[in-house]
Amino acid sequence: MADEKLIRTENLVKIFPMGSSKVTALNRVTLSFQAGEFAGLVGPSGSGKTTFLNIVGTLDAPSSGSAFVLGRTVEGLSHREAAWLRNRSIGFIFQTFNLLPVYTAYENVEFPLLLLKTPAAQRRKMVMDALDWVGLADRARSRPAQLSGGESQRVAIARAMVKKPPLLLADEPTANLDAENSHHILQTMEKLNRQLATSFLFATHDEKVIGYLRRKITLVDGRVAGDENCRARGAEGTEPC
Amino acid sequence: MLTLRLALRNVLGTGIRAWLNALIISLALVVATWNQGLVSGMDEQAAQAAQAIEFGGGQYWQEKYDPFDPLTLDEAHAPLPPALQALVDDGRAAAVLVLQGSIYPRGRMRSILLKGIDPGQPILDFPTAKITADGGELPALIGGRFAKAAGLARGDSVTLRWREPGGAFNAQDAAVAHVMSTTVASIDSNQVWLPLAKLQEMARLPGEATLVVLARGTPPPPAPPGWTFRDADYLLRDLRELVKAKSYGRTIFLVIFLSLGMLAIFDTQVLAIFRRRREIGTLVALGFTRGQVIRLFTLEGALYGFLAVILGALYGLPLLWLQARAGFPVPTGTEDMGISIGERIYPAYSAGLILGIVLVSLLVTTVVSLLPTRRIARLKPTDALRGRMS
Ligand SMILES: Nc1ncnc2c1ncn2[C@@H]1O[C@H](COP(=O)(O)OP(=O)(O)O)[C@@H](O)[C@H]1O
Ligand SMILES: [Mg+2]
Repeated sequence: MADEKLIRTENLVKIFPMGSSKVTALNRVTLSFQAGEFAGLVGPSGSGKTTFLNIVGTLDAPSSGSAFVLGRTVEGLSHREAAWLRNRSIGFIFQTFNLLPVYTAYENVEFPLLLLKTPAAQRRKMVMDALDWVGLADRARSRPAQLSGGESQRVAIARAMVKKPPLLLADEPTANLDAENSHHILQTMEKLNRQLATSFLFATHDEKVIGYLRRKITLVDGRVAGDENCRARGAEGTEPC
Repeated sequence: MLTLRLALRNVLGTGIRAWLNALIISLALVVATWNQGLVSGMDEQAAQAAQAIEFGGGQYWQEKYDPFDPLTLDEAHAPLPPALQALVDDGRAAAVLVLQGSIYPRGRMRSILLKGIDPGQPILDFPTAKITADGGELPALIGGRFAKAAGLARGDSVTLRWREPGGAFNAQDAAVAHVMSTTVASIDSNQVWLPLAKLQEMARLPGEATLVVLARGTPPPPAPPGWTFRDADYLLRDLRELVKAKSYGRTIFLVIFLSLGMLAIFDTQVLAIFRRRREIGTLVALGFTRGQVIRLFTLEGALYGFLAVILGALYGLPLLWLQARAGFPVPTGTEDMGISIGERIYPAYSAGLILGIVLVSLLVTTVVSLLPTRRIARLKPTDALRGRMS
C-alpha cells in the first residue's frame, strides 16, 4: 500500500511483557506525518514516545496495527531491508549522543557514508559540509572524549544528517545538555529542516524543544491525547507550542 | 573492510588490555613452538646418536635374528656371505656376533648378551678399541649402567658362561678393560662386548656373525640370501615412538597455557559485549545488520590472535633462534628415558611447525571470539540503546 505520506501509523499497538504481566506502551496510535515537518511527541516519561520512534525507525516491530515509513511497511521488512532503510534514509539522534568512542569526529560523521559505499572523492566534501552545518569543522580531528556534551551532540547531528536523509528521529536530544547548548542544537536542526527539507520527529518532554516545534503530539499512557499545529518561532498566526 | 577497520581501531583503542591479552596468547604460542621444537630436536638428536652408536646406516640381519626374542639367538648366526665380507674388509661395515650367556658377579647369576665386534671397526662410535686383544686376559667392554648394576669396575675379573652349538656349556674368565659411559641403553644394559675373533673362537663359530652394521652414507647392496636388510627408518621406529610418548606430558602444559589465553579472549569478549551494548545499538541504528555486528566482534577477538602472532614473533623468534643455537641442557632424568641425546638438546624448528602453530592459534582465537557473540544475536537493538541486555 503505497502512501504519499512520510509516516503513517494505523492502530499501532506495542505490548511489552513485564514478568507475568504486560505493559501497553502504545495503544492504538494512528498518526501521519508529511514530508518537511518539524514535529514532536511530548508527554511524561513512560508515555510511549521512545517506543513510537523505535518502530518508525524500524528498530522494533509493532505488536499489532501497522506503520508505513518512507513507502515501506515496517512489520514487513526483513532485518537486512530494515538495516538498509536506516542506513540510507533515516538519521538517529540519541539522548546519550552515542558517538563511536574510538573514532574522531570526522570519522564518526564519515561512518554512514562508508556503510553506504560512497566514493572517497565525494565523501570528504560531504563530511566537511556536515561538520560545517553544525559549526564544528575545526574539531574534525577531536575524539568524543575531547568534546563537550553540546559538541558531541552536534557531531551526532552531523553524522545523522551527512547522508541528507528524508527523515530524522531525535529521542530526547537535549536531555543531557544545558540551556545554551540546547538552543544551539535546536537552531541547527531547524536550519537543516528548512535547508535540506529533512523531516524531524522528536520525542521530548523538554519545554525548550517544545518551543521550536511546529506540531505537538501529546501522548498519555500510550494514547494520542492531543495533536496541534503551532506557530513557528517568530512567525505570525497560530499560538506557539 | 569497514568492519575490519573498525575492529582494528577498537582493539588498538583498548590499549594496554589488548596487548596484555595478546601477550598471554603469544606466550602460549612461543611455548608451544619451543616445546614442539624441543621434541623434534630431541627426536632428531636421538636418531642421530642411535645411528652413530648403534644402528649405523642400516643393518643386515641373519634371518633368524629377532632382537626382542633372546631365544632366537642360539640359531641366529651364519657365516658372512662374500658380499657382506667384502663390505667389512672394505671398512664400510662391521660384523657383530650376538650370543646368550651369563655371568656370576658376587656369586649371583645374570643373563647377559655376549657381543663380538672387531675392536678396530670404524663404523660405530663407541670405544671398541679398548678391547684390542693383547694376548693376555680376554678384554671385555661394558656400559656404565651395567657396571653399576652388576657391581663391576674396570680391572675386575668376571667369569663368562655361554652355550656352544652342541648344547654344552663353556666358561672363560674375562677382565673388564673399560667401562664406557653411554646413554644408549641398547649397547649398555646386560651386555658384554668382546673382540669378535675371540668370541667366534670361544663359541666355535669361526667367520660367523649375527648382524652386519653398514656405514652411514653407504648405499646398501641387496641383502644376500639368508640375510635381511633393515634400514634406518625400521631400526629407529621404537625410538621415535618413545620420544613421541614422552612428549605427551608436555602437551598437557601446553593445553593449559593455551586455554588460559583463550579464556582471556573469551572473558574480554563477554565483557566487551556487555559494556558496549549501547554502541551495538548505535551501529544497528546506523544501518549495521546483526550479522555485521557479530562479524565486528568476532574480528576483534581474532585480531588478538593476530596481535599475539606478531608479538610472539617479535620476542619469540630471537629467543627460539638463540635456544636452537645454544642448546638446552638435558634435564636430569632424561637418561632414564633410554634415549641418548648427548649433553644438550638443540631444538629444531621447521617452517611447517611454526606455520601450523600460527594457523591453529588463529583458528582457535576466531572460534573462541565467535562463541560469546551469540549474545549479540539475542540482543534487541532497542534494549541495547537503552543500555539494557536482553
Ligand atoms: N523493552 C521493554 N521492555 C519492557 N517494557 C518496556 C520496554 N520498553 C519500554 N517499556 C515500557 O513501555 C512504556 C513506554 O516506554 P517508552 O516508550 O520508553 O516511554 P517514553 O519514551 O515516553 O518515556 C514504559 O512503561 C516502559 O517501561
Ligand atoms: Mg523515552
